Amino acid sequence: MELLSGAEMVVRALKDEGVENIYGYPGGSVLHLYDALFQQEDVKHILVRHEQAATHMADAYARATGKAGVALVTSGPGATNAVTGIATAYMDSIPMVVITGQVMSHLIGEDAFQETDMIGISRPVVKHNFSVQHPEEIPSIIKKAFHIAQTGRPGPVVVDIPKDMTNPTDRYPYEYPKNVKLRSYNPVNRGHAGQIKKAMDLFLTAKRPVILAGGGVVIGHASEELRELIHLTNVPCTNTLMALGALAGRDQNNVGMLGMHGSYEANMVMHHADVILNIGARFDDRVTNGTDKFCPTAKIIHVDIDPASISKTIRADIPIVGPAKNVLDEMLAIVKASNKQLDAEALKSWWEQIEEWRGRHGGRYRTDDSELMKPQQVIETLDMVTGGDAYVCSDVGQHQMYAAQYYKFNHPNRWINSGGLGTMGFGLPAAMGVKLNFPEADVACVTGEGSIQMNIQELSTCNQYDIPVKVICLNNQSLGMVRQWQDMNYESRHSQSYMNSLPDFVKLVESYGHVGMKVDKFSDLEAAMREAFALKDRLVFMDVAVDPYEHVYPMQVPRGSMRDMWLSKTERT
Amino acid sequence: MRHIISVLLENEPGALSRVVGLFSQRNFNIESLTVAPTDDETLSRLTVTTQGDDRVVEQITKQLNKLIDVVKVVDLTEGEHIERELMMIKLKANNGTVRAEIKRTADIFRGQVIDATQNTFTVQLIGSSSKLDAFIEALSGASILEVVRSGVSGIARGEKVLSL
Ligand SMILES: Cc1cc2nc3c(=O)[nH]c(=O)nc-3n(C[C@H](O)[C@H](O)[C@H](O)COP(=O)(O)OP(=O)(O)OC[C@H]3O[C@@H](n4cnc5c(N)ncnc54)[C@H](O)[C@@H]3O)c2cc1C
Ligand SMILES: Cc1ncc(C[n+]2csc(CCOP(=O)(O)OP(=O)(O)O)c2C)c(N)n1
Repeated sequence: MELLSGAEMVVRALKDEGVENIYGYPGGSVLHLYDALFQQEDVKHILVRHEQAATHMADAYARATGKAGVALVTSGPGATNAVTGIATAYMDSIPMVVITGQVMSHLIGEDAFQETDMIGISRPVVKHNFSVQHPEEIPSIIKKAFHIAQTGRPGPVVVDIPKDMTNPTDRYPYEYPKNVKLRSYNPVNRGHAGQIKKAMDLFLTAKRPVILAGGGVVIGHASEELRELIHLTNVPCTNTLMALGALAGRDQNNVGMLGMHGSYEANMVMHHADVILNIGARFDDRVTNGTDKFCPTAKIIHVDIDPASISKTIRADIPIVGPAKNVLDEMLAIVKASNKQLDAEALKSWWEQIEEWRGRHGGRYRTDDSELMKPQQVIETLDMVTGGDAYVCSDVGQHQMYAAQYYKFNHPNRWINSGGLGTMGFGLPAAMGVKLNFPEADVACVTGEGSIQMNIQELSTCNQYDIPVKVICLNNQSLGMVRQWQDMNYESRHSQSYMNSLPDFVKLVESYGHVGMKVDKFSDLEAAMREAFALKDRLVFMDVAVDPYEHVYPMQVPRGSMRDMWLSKTERT
Repeated sequence: MRHIISVLLENEPGALSRVVGLFSQRNFNIESLTVAPTDDETLSRLTVTTQGDDRVVEQITKQLNKLIDVVKVVDLTEGEHIERELMMIKLKANNGTVRAEIKRTADIFRGQVIDATQNTFTVQLIGSSSKLDAFIEALSGASILEVVRSGVSGIARGEKVLSL
């Protein structure tokens, strides 16, 4: 067998795992690893400007492909800088392997230079973590790390490697294991047939059914099956923020996102439904509103690969533990074979009711109350210019909600955003992670002037590696989402939500070697955006001035039921 | 309601901290916790007693099961089971009357005096947590110097076993 040092083993194991790009930042305890990287060409390393960005890049790669992304950081501050990115991936069930350096094993516990207990710090925000105790364990630990990250309910895995484990002069036989067996980890690979049968029996008797698609459909690559079931049964489908594109945005059966900023019709459909088939949504508090008032007439079928997501916040009438793809397949088979069908009359009047709801609000917004462009218009233009096919990587705030509401995704895995943690600063590195791996695709970062400044240093990385993403900054000169809450709940006392010292973004991006555009008038927007996307090999930053007074609507009334919503500044359901 | 949850855990460094961390992270309560290796040296057995309604206890067992180091979980309170806890209690015993009184109470509870000095008795008692509580209650006349309890261990009655 080949003899390799620990450092070489790490790099070789990544190669054997099929990893092409890793994202990271060097430092003392990973120098052996960086030296091993230098001496090969299979695994390419992207040098970021802040470790948080490395984790978001790896995360976004995973969101777009389903395969674990990999980040490499040094001990101490390098590792702690990565924590936000690890937590971001954890909350959204994203597979990721983060390799952190550690001080030499004999120094652990002695407050050595750049020592932090990364196993302890990361524990609540990882699916699992490993600390390497001997170099010979490296291949099997890395194999396990990828296995755990990518199977079952995916999540981030940290591998903490003390520097002496990677010593270049200590060499050991290397063999990458073909498979892993963990006696305490056996994710389910199919749903319980009896439960699925029971669920379909109930579903087919529904008079006001709805399918709720969650992140599990996207993570579980089950969009095709979902689409087939929807079209076979002609039921309405709503989705969470994490499942945009599972069903095409322009599909007639799509009633849009539900929840706090969900569409009027989606929330009305949920409230009045008699059977909800939830596939891969964990009934987050931004989705359910007041749980005691949640969907009073509905029986709930809940499909999730993680039993802990079922009956956590909303009790399921029929729980099904299993992967969305397999469960949907079996559901399809049952529906196709069944002589029972949904009551056509009931379904018809259900759809009539839904059309009426669609007519009531339908995502309208005012354009006559401000000289400035509306943020919604910018997203609609982006949708038009890119035809619903772009990867849209969002930051966090109002712009994120507008993007979710107004961009009509044709495909799953193209809406890349931080839903569970809501991490400002996610957007730009996420767009970079996608663009690097899909160089031909249109990749947009939708951001705000607040969020973009949380990782703006990555414009430098984009320059170094030629990553021509399009940054669309909805510049409302304020932390809009915070400001909206202050308008609604604090009598417009705008405590610390205003930024009056913004940089000249055009000059700033130019200094990083990119193209800057400032757009103030809606009439200039489309042409500018077309020009930006036509500049295929340049990063273009569009600083778009939008109305700072605009609010995101609909917005559910706190602790109310699904149907309790503000539809505009003056109109309530 | 009080639940006794038994866990088979990989005998790995850090495994215990994952379990304890889970309880604090998810706001689950821990009344007592015991852990020790089993006959199989790769496994530890952990028993935790906790309070919670059905929903909370369902979450506790599901979340425990999700930990990679957890091999098996059972809520012993769901079936017939035996629970035992060991207590050692040091009492002031500096005159004949007190000594006799302690001795008599210990006998009633089937405790044993396992150490004695001129001024103290140390009594050992094994039983359910409520029996141990009752013993402390019964000794309210005496002056307690120190109490140490092991926390609860539990096992299912009959032929049911928690093993690999
Ligand atoms: C400013 C802001 C506003 C927000 N407003 C809203 C809003 O209005 N509406 C909204 O919906 N969200 C909103 N969110 C997002 C919200 O916080 C949650 O992130 C989101 O609702 C969670 O969606 P989810 O349950 O579908 O997905 P996830 O959190 O991704 O959960 C996925 C579920 O699927 C399961 N799963 C994983 N893989 C599989 C598989 N293969 N098969 C089956 N199941 C699987 C997982 O176990 C998990 O339970 C907002 C976030 C922010 C930052
Ligand atoms: C790291 C981080 N800090 C704070 C917040 C709280 N927060 C949520 S939205 C928001 C404002 C975002 O402002 P901006 O990026 O300008 O977007 P806008 O809402 O104006 O569209 C803040 C501060 C957060 N989500 N993430």
